[in-house]
Amino acid sequence: MKFRAWLAIVAGILPLALIAIVAFLAIYSWPAMHFNGFGFVTRDTWRLGNLYANPVVVHGTQIPRGATYGILFLIVGTLLSTAIALLIALPLGVGAAIFLAEVIPDALRTWISFFVELLMAIPSVVFGLWGYVVVIPFLGQHLYPALAHTLGRVIPIFGEPSGSGYGLLTAGVVLSLMIVPIIAATLRDALVSQPSSLREAALGLGATRFEALWKVMLPGTRKTLIGATFLALGRALGETMAVLMVSGNALNILPHRIYDPISTMAAFIVSQLDSALQDPTGLAVRSLAEIAFVLAIISIIVNALARLLLLMWNSNQRSVMV
Amino acid sequence: MSAIAAAPRQIRLSRRIVSISGWALSGLCLVALSVLMVWILSVVFVRGVGALNFKVLTTITQGSGGGLLNAIEGTLVLSGAALLLAVPFGVAAGIYSAEYRFSSWAITIRFLADVLVGVPSIVIGYFGYVALVQWLGWNFSLAAGAISLAIISLPYICRTTELALRQVSNDLRDAAYSLGANERRVIFGVCLPAALPSILTGVLLALAVSVGETAPLLYTAGWSNFMWDGHLTHSPIAYLTYAIWTFINEPFASANALAYAAALLVTGFVLVINILARFVLERRRLRR
Repeated sequence: MKFRAWLAIVAGILPLALIAIVAFLAIYSWPAMHFNGFGFVTRDTWRLGNLYANPVVVHGTQIPRGATYGILFLIVGTLLSTAIALLIALPLGVGAAIFLAEVIPDALRTWISFFVELLMAIPSVVFGLWGYVVVIPFLGQHLYPALAHTLGRVIPIFGEPSGSGYGLLTAGVVLSLMIVPIIAATLRDALVSQPSSLREAALGLGATRFEALWKVMLPGTRKTLIGATFLALGRALGETMAVLMVSGNALNILPHRIYDPISTMAAFIVSQLDSALQDPTGLAVRSLAEIAFVLAIISIIVNALARLLLLMWNSNQRSVMV
Repeated sequence: MSAIAAAPRQIRLSRRIVSISGWALSGLCLVALSVLMVWILSVVFVRGVGALNFKVLTTITQGSGGGLLNAIEGTLVLSGAALLLAVPFGVAAGIYSAEYRFSSWAITIRFLADVLVGVPSIVIGYFGYVALVQWLGWNFSLAAGAISLAIISLPYICRTTELALRQVSNDLRDAAYSLGANERRVIFGVCLPAALPSILTGVLLALAVSVGETAPLLYTAGWSNFMWDGHLTHSPIAYLTYAIWTFINEPFASANALAYAAALLVTGFVLVINILARFVLERRRLRR
């Protein structure tokens, strides 16, 4: 019994780490939360104020004159880039999972799946490098101008100017590649483990093989797909390095076209800490901590939801570690 | 199936077109993914091999040129230290959540491990900055970087340990208990050795993750143009992913070459570990 108690305590470091992260960020950013109020998430201006003048006291908090901290443009950038990533990754992942589960023979499936899912192992900064060196010139000089000329005439958000290649759509495209293996791997597992009697019943009723898959097998994996999508969503919301390198790091502007530069909450923390450190009152660094806190809470909620869904719906199935 | 194949004319043309184009589209998705994977790898490998040479591996960084020896050493030291910290706690958490899997503490640990995996690495990095670099006053240092990386690897190690122990047959536990072994003996003497290859694989995968991390290190480990000076705190340390991020943005060809070389080293390391791990796991799966 004593052994078990010791083990329980040592094992408790893991929950403790998570609690410590949330608690530290909350305590550290408390003065910023107090000063920013709820407007933090509804204002779209992040201004450090006059760092060379004497600080002024507003509502009992010392701030640089003229400082405002609002992250609406970051929330919009994060949500839009994540939405674009999911819009691309969902069909791509579902298609790849279908082909892997239904067409590729068992002996090959393990290795082809492994190859595609290796995308998950590639470090974020390498995706960023690839995006920066190869994808941005390709998209910015060839695809986006063409897109603006054709699609842009019909749908205004695709219209001219097509920009430099750094921006919302590029961030979404790179993000989608990082999350597509999560969707493909989870759905493939779920499809393979569907009882084959389902397919046989559908075929027996005269369905084609594709109809059996599309109308019988795939709906059976709907819940797994939703869970996997939440996991992918969580990953995309918090992705830092790749987005930092391809998004254009916009400050205080909302995107009007799909090519416009954006920034996300995660990328902004990295790109702004150096300038925030110039603030003698320290409020800018604390406001960045508030962003980290908000991001932590969002990702905890999204991931907890995803795991709960996967846990409740298919407790007997292995969920993919991401 | 064969009945349908024998009477294809009875299926309406529109249904056949939908079916065929459905398969074609799904195949196209897989092809697209594979092509993108090959594209990324070829960019990294072609440019990386062109930039990698003996000097890069043996000299330290000087301004926007020189080599990567300091970063290679730093990455190894940081990731190694992170593993040293994370393995005991992660394995303990994994053991607890596998061996007492129905207790509420085990369920809590499992659930929170899954949540912790999803916490963005920059959040953990900023926590490291706030708590370790500022509050504890360690400045940019090995200790701050390694602890941030350790928090990131903890849930991976916990979950792989748990899955590995779950695959150990209960007969083995029953046999050990019936011979009079106590809980500690059963777990450390019987179950852990049986699960060791899978646990080690998980630890290696966690190592791959921490070698590839950038965001949690930027404001905990800092960067240094010199070799690690042996101090745990108060002295920044170099690492490869920083070289990728910073040097690719510089206007000098020598700096860009260092970024490509670093990308090749990191990607190569991560891929080799993943492939090795896959072979080990696959062999064990087939043997069962």
